[in-house]
Amino acid sequence: MTKPIKQIHLAAHFPGVNNTTVWSDPAAGSHIEFDSFRRFAQTAERGKFDFMFLAEGLRLREQNGQIYDLDVVGRPDTFTVLAALAAVTEHLGLTGTINSTFNEPYEVARQFASLDHLSGGRAAWNVVTSWDAFTGENFRRGGYLAQGDRYERARTFLRTAGELWDSWQGDEVVADKSSGRFLDTPAPGAFEHHDRFFDIAGQFNVPRSPQGRPVIFQAGDSDEGRDFAAASADAIFSRYSTLKDGQAFYTDVKGRLAKFGRTRDELLILPAATFVLGDTDAEAADTAHEVRRAQVSPQTALRFIEQLWNRELPDFDVDGPLPAFDPVVSENLVSQGRASVRQFAKDPVALANEWRARAEAGHLSAREVVIEVTGRQSFIGSPETIARTINDFVQADASDGFILVPHITPAGLDPFVDKVVPLLQELGTFRADYTGTTLRDHLGLAPLARQGGAAAVRAAS
Amino acid sequence: MRAATNPLHLAVALDGAGWHPAAWREPDAQPDRLFTPAYWVDLAQRAERGLLDFITIEDGLDLQSDDHFRRDQRTDRVRGRLDAVLIAARVGPATRHIGLVPTAITTHTEPFHLSKAIATLDYVTDGRAGVRVQVAGRADTAAHFGRRDIGELSIDRFSDPDVQRLVSEHFDEAADYVEVLRRLWDSWEDDAEIRDVATGRFIDHEKLHYIDFAGRWFSVKGPSITPRPPQGQPVVAALGHASVPYQLIARSADVGFVTPRDRAHAAEIAAEIRAEQAKAGRDGVHLFGDVVVFLDDAAATARDRRQRLDERAGAEFSSDAHIFAGTPAELADLLLDWQAAGLTGFRLRPATLPHDLAQVTDALVPELQRRGAFRAAYPAAGWQGTLRGLVGLSRPTNHYSRELVRQATEGERSQ
Repeated sequence: MTKPIKQIHLAAHFPGVNNTTVWSDPAAGSHIEFDSFRRFAQTAERGKFDFMFLAEGLRLREQNGQIYDLDVVGRPDTFTVLAALAAVTEHLGLTGTINSTFNEPYEVARQFASLDHLSGGRAAWNVVTSWDAFTGENFRRGGYLAQGDRYERARTFLRTAGELWDSWQGDEVVADKSSGRFLDTPAPGAFEHHDRFFDIAGQFNVPRSPQGRPVIFQAGDSDEGRDFAAASADAIFSRYSTLKDGQAFYTDVKGRLAKFGRTRDELLILPAATFVLGDTDAEAADTAHEVRRAQVSPQTALRFIEQLWNRELPDFDVDGPLPAFDPVVSENLVSQGRASVRQFAKDPVALANEWRARAEAGHLSAREVVIEVTGRQSFIGSPETIARTINDFVQADASDGFILVPHITPAGLDPFVDKVVPLLQELGTFRADYTGTTLRDHLGLAPLARQGGAAAVRAAS
Repeated sequence: MRAATNPLHLAVALDGAGWHPAAWREPDAQPDRLFTPAYWVDLAQRAERGLLDFITIEDGLDLQSDDHFRRDQRTDRVRGRLDAVLIAARVGPATRHIGLVPTAITTHTEPFHLSKAIATLDYVTDGRAGVRVQVAGRADTAAHFGRRDIGELSIDRFSDPDVQRLVSEHFDEAADYVEVLRRLWDSWEDDAEIRDVATGRFIDHEKLHYIDFAGRWFSVKGPSITPRPPQGQPVVAALGHASVPYQLIARSADVGFVTPRDRAHAAEIAAEIRAEQAKAGRDGVHLFGDVVVFLDDAAATARDRRQRLDERAGAEFSSDAHIFAGTPAELADLLLDWQAAGLTGFRLRPATLPHDLAQVTDALVPELQRRGAFRAAYPAAGWQGTLRGLVGLSRPTNHYSRELVRQATEGERSQ
């Protein structure tokens, strides 16, 4: 029996506030003007992408006690910009990252239900969680969450939001002018939820939205996070974009679905991936080398080294060797508000040894080591090479598609849409046009039955 | 004739199918489209064709209720609404000139989130954003958040000292909330983004500021994650019916919505707010009179329509605002009369949609234009085309750059 040919799902990640984004490129535009978002979204829609994706960070990052100034800084409010993009696109899914720690279920549920109404069923929520007191300083809720509670609270938050979305069945508003009945029930949206995180009851005030609830994304990677996703997500934003790692992750997570009563096609796995295109593979490789050097400028390389060594290194020469002394091991980190630093802080001395070993083996300067170790898997090559590679990855079950992260705002997606998408369409594994209207349609997810919101998150309880 | 130098400002308040509870049953009402984007885009575009200063969009973190203090169980009224900030954002790219002022609740939400949402609305609309802040006093609304107990209120208990203290606290919190919104909007100086390739710096971090707000209800560190919006400070509005909210208007808002019963009452309210404003050392606060409007070519038609709607609703319509039923020309007389008593504009609440909105844009506005009391066209793009520009407010100096200038000057003096 031959394996069926899979259709590829593609999404576009608006370039973020990290060093992947090359703002120093002469072609780089604004990260805050709406025109950049409009242009980016319309390009993704021209390419028949499933959705566009926005990340979020609720406190500006700091290093050495100062606001980090080497990357793009500043971004819009996620909900607001997605609602505005609904006005300038027709089909494109609109995925926003929203933190479950610094929000309340009633408000987030009505914002997503509103976005789903205002976009005709194109809303999606990338559910993230956080516990750091650093970010909490911007919120009345504060940073009170114990680390061990973060998944439990996120699960509970999502389950509660599901209860709110399901509190309207979808047929309550009859709006019958002649009989004078606007509602067919006196108490629509009734809900009640009592546990140690949320003790709430009343009436939800947004009628059921076109998709029933937003499509749910998660990015968790720990064993607990994978279970959370297998139980309650429609898609995973994963970090495993190499063939082997991707296949291992794919097999693991898809294998978890059965225990939550779900089938393999109810959860899509979509790794993030950068790309560099050239007319030939060789030209693309040269360009990719230059892009990496722009992403890791001497100043940026120094900041990375300071993050791992956990101290300021004011006179350090990044074109020379890595420091011979060991990192400062401490609870107090020189860098705050950055998820990657937690990876560094796990065992900084061992990681520094690893970096030194790579430097020695490859005769690399400190900056060159940083360029190597912080590189994310990219698709690098001619349009033919990239189209073939992406298709091979998906057919080999390393993923169900990719969330592409261009490094130039807002035009970085254009060459992919102009040159790679037509080749994927010729292969017959990417849509020539949209066939549905909702994001669930684009992702191949069946419409939710009434009560589908809670059903999907029930297993998380 | 009036002087053209004293123009009237006009806004329209959008809520559901209109402000009369039976509005949704009118032949031209579209109650089955209230939760679609096209409904709101259509209304905003109509208002824009009438050259209005801005629209407001009502909101609440609860199901609407005829009872101000608790939820009702009515099935014969419009119930349910979409988030007003997101409606405004959806409408933004579909309009070009009109200001968009959604309602936001200060009692249960995060000022950090709202600040960046309104800043983003300002970017999306090239400077046409505002926000109307509102407190939420219902106990059942508080139960949706489960973070504080608010005792059940009722009209008979309203003058109790405990209840008055609670109301006062809600407005104190709203004042802190607006302070945080404003500080966060200023937390980036306009020229903070430098993109200096030579040094690798995207921003000049000296031009970003911690706001370090610490108050009774929240502490917020800052800076915002969103750069200073195009208007610098988007327009802040609030509705008030009594001294406590009048203080919020005078001390914190750019536009106050007030509900005079008549001309003398308008003068009285204006005097009270202007006195508070002077104490606070502020200028440039607009006072808009709220008026519910039933408008038809003949006054009798408007009054009959009001009566017919009341019969359908099963009760005489009442409102916190003055209710006007008559012709657009009669309304123009009233508005100009009340304006002379100390108001700078009006927020009209159409009794039914789209009928009374169309009467405002197609009949009232031309009438006011004939009298030289209202703009003949929107200004060209640029500052005059922003919402602050439309209502005659300048672009405010950044609080933090002012602070730096002051510190520097004092430093020089002490040397």
